[in-house]
Amino acid sequence: MSPPEQSAVVEVERIKAASRRLRGTIADGLRDEATGAIADADTQLTKFHGIYQQDDRDLRNERQQQRLEPAHSFMVRVRVPGGVCSAPQWLALDRLAREHANGTLRLTTRQAFQFHGVIKRRLKPTITAINGALLDTIAACGDVNRNVMSSPNPQLSALHQETWQIACRISERLTPRTRAYHEIWLDGERLPDSGAEDEPLYGPTYLPRKFKIGVAVPPWNDVDVYTQDLGFIAVSEQGRLAGFNVTVGGGMGATHGEPDTYPRLGDVVGFCTPAQAVDVAWHVVAIQRDCGDRTNRKHARFKYTIADRGLEWFGAELAARLGFALQPAREFRFLGVGDRYGWSKGLDGRWHLTLHVPSGRLADTPGHTLLSGMRDLAQMHGGRFRLTPNQNVIVAGVREADKRRIEAVARRHGLMHDQLPSALRREALSCVALPTCALAMAEAERYLPELVGRLETRLAALGLLDEPITLRVTGCPNGCARPYVAEIGLVGKGPGRYNLFLGGGFSGERLNRMLLENADETEILAALEPLLAAYALERLSGEHFGDFLHRSDRLSGSSGAERRQP
Amino acid sequence: MMAPGSRIQMKAALQRESVGLGEAALAGFRSAVTGFSAEQLLWASGYLAGLATVGAAPAAPAQAADPRPRLTILYGSQTGNGRALATQLEAAAARRGVASELVSMADYATARLKREQLLAIIVSTHGEGDPPDDAMELHRFISGRRIPSLASLDYSVLALGDSSYENFCQTGRDFDARLEAAGARRLADLVECDLDYTAQAATWATRVLEEAEAQIGRHEAANVPQLRVVPAPPRAGRSAPFEAELLVNQRLTGRGSTKDVRHLELDIEGSGLTWEAGDSLGVVVRNPARIVEPLLEALALDGAAAVDAPDRTLRDELVTGREITTLNRPFLEAWAAAEPSGRLADTLAELRGAGFGQWMNSRQLIDIVREFPAEVASQRLLEMLRPLQSRLYSISSAPELAEEEIHLTVALVHYEAFGALHWGAGSSWLALDRDEGESLSVYVEPNPRFRLPADDAPMIMIGPGTGIAPFRAFMQARAARGATGKNWLVFGDRNFATDFLYQAEWLRYRKQGLLQRLDVAFSRDQAGKRYVQHRLLEESRELYRWLQDGAHLYVCGDASAMAPDVDRALREIIVRETNCDEDGVENYLAELRRAGRYQRDVY
Repeated sequence: MSPPEQSAVVEVERIKAASRRLRGTIADGLRDEATGAIADADTQLTKFHGIYQQDDRDLRNERQQQRLEPAHSFMVRVRVPGGVCSAPQWLALDRLAREHANGTLRLTTRQAFQFHGVIKRRLKPTITAINGALLDTIAACGDVNRNVMSSPNPQLSALHQETWQIACRISERLTPRTRAYHEIWLDGERLPDSGAEDEPLYGPTYLPRKFKIGVAVPPWNDVDVYTQDLGFIAVSEQGRLAGFNVTVGGGMGATHGEPDTYPRLGDVVGFCTPAQAVDVAWHVVAIQRDCGDRTNRKHARFKYTIADRGLEWFGAELAARLGFALQPAREFRFLGVGDRYGWSKGLDGRWHLTLHVPSGRLADTPGHTLLSGMRDLAQMHGGRFRLTPNQNVIVAGVREADKRRIEAVARRHGLMHDQLPSALRREALSCVALPTCALAMAEAERYLPELVGRLETRLAALGLLDEPITLRVTGCPNGCARPYVAEIGLVGKGPGRYNLFLGGGFSGERLNRMLLENADETEILAALEPLLAAYALERLSGEHFGDFLHRSDRLSGSSGAERRQP
Repeated sequence: MMAPGSRIQMKAALQRESVGLGEAALAGFRSAVTGFSAEQLLWASGYLAGLATVGAAPAAPAQAADPRPRLTILYGSQTGNGRALATQLEAAAARRGVASELVSMADYATARLKREQLLAIIVSTHGEGDPPDDAMELHRFISGRRIPSLASLDYSVLALGDSSYENFCQTGRDFDARLEAAGARRLADLVECDLDYTAQAATWATRVLEEAEAQIGRHEAANVPQLRVVPAPPRAGRSAPFEAELLVNQRLTGRGSTKDVRHLELDIEGSGLTWEAGDSLGVVVRNPARIVEPLLEALALDGAAAVDAPDRTLRDELVTGREITTLNRPFLEAWAAAEPSGRLADTLAELRGAGFGQWMNSRQLIDIVREFPAEVASQRLLEMLRPLQSRLYSISSAPELAEEEIHLTVALVHYEAFGALHWGAGSSWLALDRDEGESLSVYVEPNPRFRLPADDAPMIMIGPGTGIAPFRAFMQARAARGATGKNWLVFGDRNFATDFLYQAEWLRYRKQGLLQRLDVAFSRDQAGKRYVQHRLLEESRELYRWLQDGAHLYVCGDASAMAPDVDRALREIIVRETNCDEDGVENYLAELRRAGRYQRDVY
């Protein structure tokens, strides 16, 4: 690694250490009316409060010429363990989206809500209102454990219910203890130990980097468990939760041109009982706290700790800390990473409707009224909503008698999956990217519909419109939409240019490989066309696109996304 | 004492001399002649001219020696890699004893470029060959036709990039090529670095420092001031305006603003125009077609009609000869006399009291013509109208920063009234009808009652809207002079997001520690209106403390509402902080004014 990057890392570590438990000068920055931004160092700290400073990159150049500062605003991420929220909560967030944000709500790939375009003077009222709805944004970002994911509908079965509860307990146990959040955003009282609160898990510098946990319930790997730093795979015996297989060391982020950075899939390292799960999580995070690389942010994720030190070391370290060793992993099987769209029936006889939200963006635009549609549903349904790991939403716990009415409203607003022209569109994910994400190098969310449209004309000609193929587009290599496990992954490299990755496993069990570097749309379509045509003709029954590419040896020239894994 | 005119000419000559002398040498020269009488100065000029013709100069006294050139290390970087390399270069320079200065392109005043002698540039390239955000302004500057001659510059560029992109290292290549085209010489060839830049960058740095050292050595060997005698150029004035090229006509207000405020930059090189921060620029304007043509239509007159002036049409006269927007009483009376219905005469009679001014000021000429139609012949109309006045705008730049450029800050006046769109004549012509590359006739209008305080005095500037203009010049002057007095700016406008004029510059001054306080009030960002006077009252104690510390207080902008409101706020603050009575306030303010510490430029 080159020295400049190291010094930048030390900088973040220094900021954390000097922040008095994540306070910094955030409160002063909020009072400064001359800028829509906060102090540079504080932008690192607000992440721990679920708040990212961004600016409208579409306007950046124009405003520079106008001698105005960038059009700063903030992204606010709401922590929703397992994606579970109520109708009143939904309505509160919907109102905030319209009154304080840019009129949209975004459902994330980690089952959270995001507001975009919240300007500085509206930040505090927004956070206050979120907390008023009994939700919060603590640790939704930052070098801590993020929103804990869980297979999305606890009402589906007793198994789902139990795994969700454990996800919530993990989330609660791993939440930072600092009261900085309450002091800054909720006018919480300052106590004598303010700024020096005990952080029993994190300590004064928190983690070297972000940490992600997900809980999957087979046969569905909708939480993409292998991409998590720490994963739990529910194992049921006679319909009851027996425990979890534990995975460690997954993660998506990489940097273009730096082969020392790479996506990595988690390894299954053993089995724990439900009662042990929270402790396992606590100690795994503590291992990363103590052993993660704090000298280089690009090498600071848990996956590098695992890759560098090995599973044997990890197993011994964890056993030493826990006081027991994990049991051998048990059998399980995944069938896919996507959502089950449409109606499904829970064990209690209630119905659940999974709706499709393109890239998770709920907005009202000419001809599309997704935000209003969800508001209508929240007003009439009065029950619960579940955010899925695929940027979608489930209307949960619907009575048989209400099904028709609910579906009619969903249909009227274009939220039903069968209103989409292809299975590809249904399975597609994208990150936010331009214009707000500071990291984006290329379009993602705004480009996805165009790209899918072009692919659909080709799929239609090949008779593949109903074939589910996972397509994920991100604006940069950090991988928010988990592109490296997609069957078709596009990773932004520059305006209109992407690296094309192919052949990920349909169940998220295999990384894809890079076929093209820095390619434009014409080159990407030209590369995909013959492969899709071959797939249409030569695929085995039930064979997924990614599996087909591997079996037919069509990716031999390409390089693995995971380039330097030992 | 010298006559003011000769003072100005002397100053002009000295300023021009800086091209040949360099800033530091000029400062030394100035200090050497400080205290000379006019006669002594004249004698000295003859002596120096004599030296110049002989082609030799006396050995410079030690304290006046031109200091060794400094290496400016200029970086533009998105990821921090460029900054880190620049910092390393700075450290390496220090180890070799090469004096250097590290500057981010974001903080670099483009006007500095022409004074540089040794320059090391480290710049990255992004996306499709784009400069990093920090470098955009400078890149635009060097790419454009305003790049100055750089004949005294030696430079080298380290370009950072990623070879998997097209247009690899394009920004670095641009800098390298443009500086060369402007007459600069390379210290070392352009080096283009890929992602693994460490070794190449180190080699480049060593090379640059070796060459810079050699260059400094040569400079010392030849460090003998070469005086060129430059005749003072003719001075442009009101009667003989200078034709200045409009270099920039840039909207300052952001997308969605209710206002259109322009930043204009004029090239006055060779004009001999001199000014000080606080002065105004007179601009000879024309009435634009958007005002002239509807007026002709409302008058039912033919623009092509001949008038008394030779070879002139009615349209010509309306465009360049007469005021055709603002009203005055003699015109109204003349029009009333011509108006057959007599309604205008009745209206004027009714308005004899207090309402007249407001009635008149809310209307333009065309409103009268439409409301009170009358048949008036072309020549008669021209006789009724006053001659077209040139417009005065506060100059928003300081000669200390760039003496060949004058900047203006002009708000486009446009509003809807009486069912029609109305335009300000001068502002709409300047903002909408003058393109970059076209020229403007201008002269300097001195404003001696609006002047910077002593360099060490604190200063409070209250300038909402375009009232900000002279304060931009004030700050530029103070920054360039290294003035130590504290500065406090109070700005206001409608919306923070779009109307904060020169926001990026104020924030930069604040970050650099030159602007100690920056307070703002935006009237339309909350339920109740909030103006600068409210902001002042909120800072009552602090403002009084500044005044007690000797602060000079300046107010610029709207005379009808803002200035009286600010004055009232000031009085309230004095009462609040001193518990004095009405007389006490009067005395306090009178003392401030007497000491030149309460200056206003309101209009």
